[in-house]
Amino acid sequence: MEETKSRLVQILLSFIKTTAIKLPDDVLIKFRELMSAESSSYGKFIYEAMMENINLALIRNAPVCQDTGILEFFVKLGENFPYKSLLLSAIKDATIEATKKGYLRPNVVDPVTGKNTGNNTGPKLPWIEVELEPNVDYADVVLYLAGGGSSRPGRAIVIDPAKGWRGLVEFVVDTIAEYGPPACPPIVVGIGVGPTAEIAASLSKKALLRPLGSRSSEPFIAKLEESLEKDLNKLNIGPQGLGGSTGVIAVHIEYAGRHPATFAVGVSTACWALRKGWIRIKSNLSYELLSHSGGLIE
Amino acid sequence: MSNGKKIIYTPVKDDSVLEELRVGDVIYLTGIVVTARDEAHKRVIEENIPPPIDLKGLALFHAGPIMVKTGDSWQCIAIGPTTSVRMEYYEDKFIEKTGIKIIIGKGGMGPRTAEACRKHKVIYTIFPGGCGVLGASRIVKVRGVEWPDLGMPEALWILEVKEFGPLIVTIDTRGENLTEKTLEQIKILKEKVRREAVEKVQLH
Repeated sequence: MEETKSRLVQILLSFIKTTAIKLPDDVLIKFRELMSAESSSYGKFIYEAMMENINLALIRNAPVCQDTGILEFFVKLGENFPYKSLLLSAIKDATIEATKKGYLRPNVVDPVTGKNTGNNTGPKLPWIEVELEPNVDYADVVLYLAGGGSSRPGRAIVIDPAKGWRGLVEFVVDTIAEYGPPACPPIVVGIGVGPTAEIAASLSKKALLRPLGSRSSEPFIAKLEESLEKDLNKLNIGPQGLGGSTGVIAVHIEYAGRHPATFAVGVSTACWALRKGWIRIKSNLSYELLSHSGGLIE
Repeated sequence: MSNGKKIIYTPVKDDSVLEELRVGDVIYLTGIVVTARDEAHKRVIEENIPPPIDLKGLALFHAGPIMVKTGDSWQCIAIGPTTSVRMEYYEDKFIEKTGIKIIIGKGGMGPRTAEACRKHKVIYTIFPGGCGVLGASRIVKVRGVEWPDLGMPEALWILEVKEFGPLIVTIDTRGENLTEKTLEQIKILKEKVRREAVEKVQLH
């Protein structure tokens, strides 16, 4: 039992470390595409600094950005995975350990006392969402490091169905025009649609975490994602908000059914250094890193 | 100049060095930089507690680093800018009170800070956000920490830096504000973008 727990903590510690240091494959591919597409003079220059930073992080084994954010874990527990509750407590232990070792900046502030807890845990944090996955014996852990600057544009609204998708487009354009520039662009925009504000907001985070380069399987949504991407870039936000054609990396939309009387929209954004990881932990305590090539940084 | 880089030294003793700079210029910084963000600004301005060190002529960095202590000394693992506009509420008074000469942050600042920059001959610069390791690689020494009770991100870290940058000047000593101009342009573009985007939506 103790041995299993410490093995799980060890895996998760390396997983957190890797997620903080190294950008996932899909983000790196997209980053290089944008870098060669940007033509503004500041833009080119900023991309070069970012590229140098990405490489330095790997050389120095240091978090790519000092704001390692609030840790959000999305866990799919296989029905037959034998260490369900052990895994959940290992996530908390690994978070504390990763902070101690300097892979994470202590970011959790108790809103009542106003004090930093010093170890990235606190009331209801790290955030862990659990789903049950029928008929499998592994657990999938997705980690997102939610930085402060890139979480700042987050919004949710309930609009009247008469405005519907048109209202959504207005809301998204307004939100990104006002809050996008200081949120460390180029940014990824996740949009959620649903019956209530919190369902839409939650789906906007799921949208954010979808692989870059993917499109919704629903053609109407896929088309809207594509046209919003193009239109938001016409705002000329550019890298770091200094102007340019590549201020928005991607727009993803996830949706749920809505109520006849409501059309709720949520928006979440991620900065250019979108740090997310996806690991599959198997029943025999071996693992597979699905987000990054090259395996875990030990 | 060194390797074609424009280097500014702190403490700044002569305003004319800063007065030569214009928005859009790229500079590098050598000397002392002190971090302060939301809580430290609040303490100085709202609680009226003077900073524990003399900030006159120094650079203020809107940043919360990752630091690791080995023995008696601190090592900076990663440091980069936080969103500066949150400090807009305090910055004009902070400049007046402390005598800082250079501000480093990201995302730009508003008209009140720009006016204070003009009045007190201060520049505001942008360091590319998210480049925490690049930032750490330019730190020669962590000289110390003040107000550690604010927590690691919010404490005042006193840093000795060499050729820290690239820093893009976006507010100069004449009060010119590059970010404000970009934001105004985005505001104008927004109306057209919104109209066109809405027209494209086909209703079911």
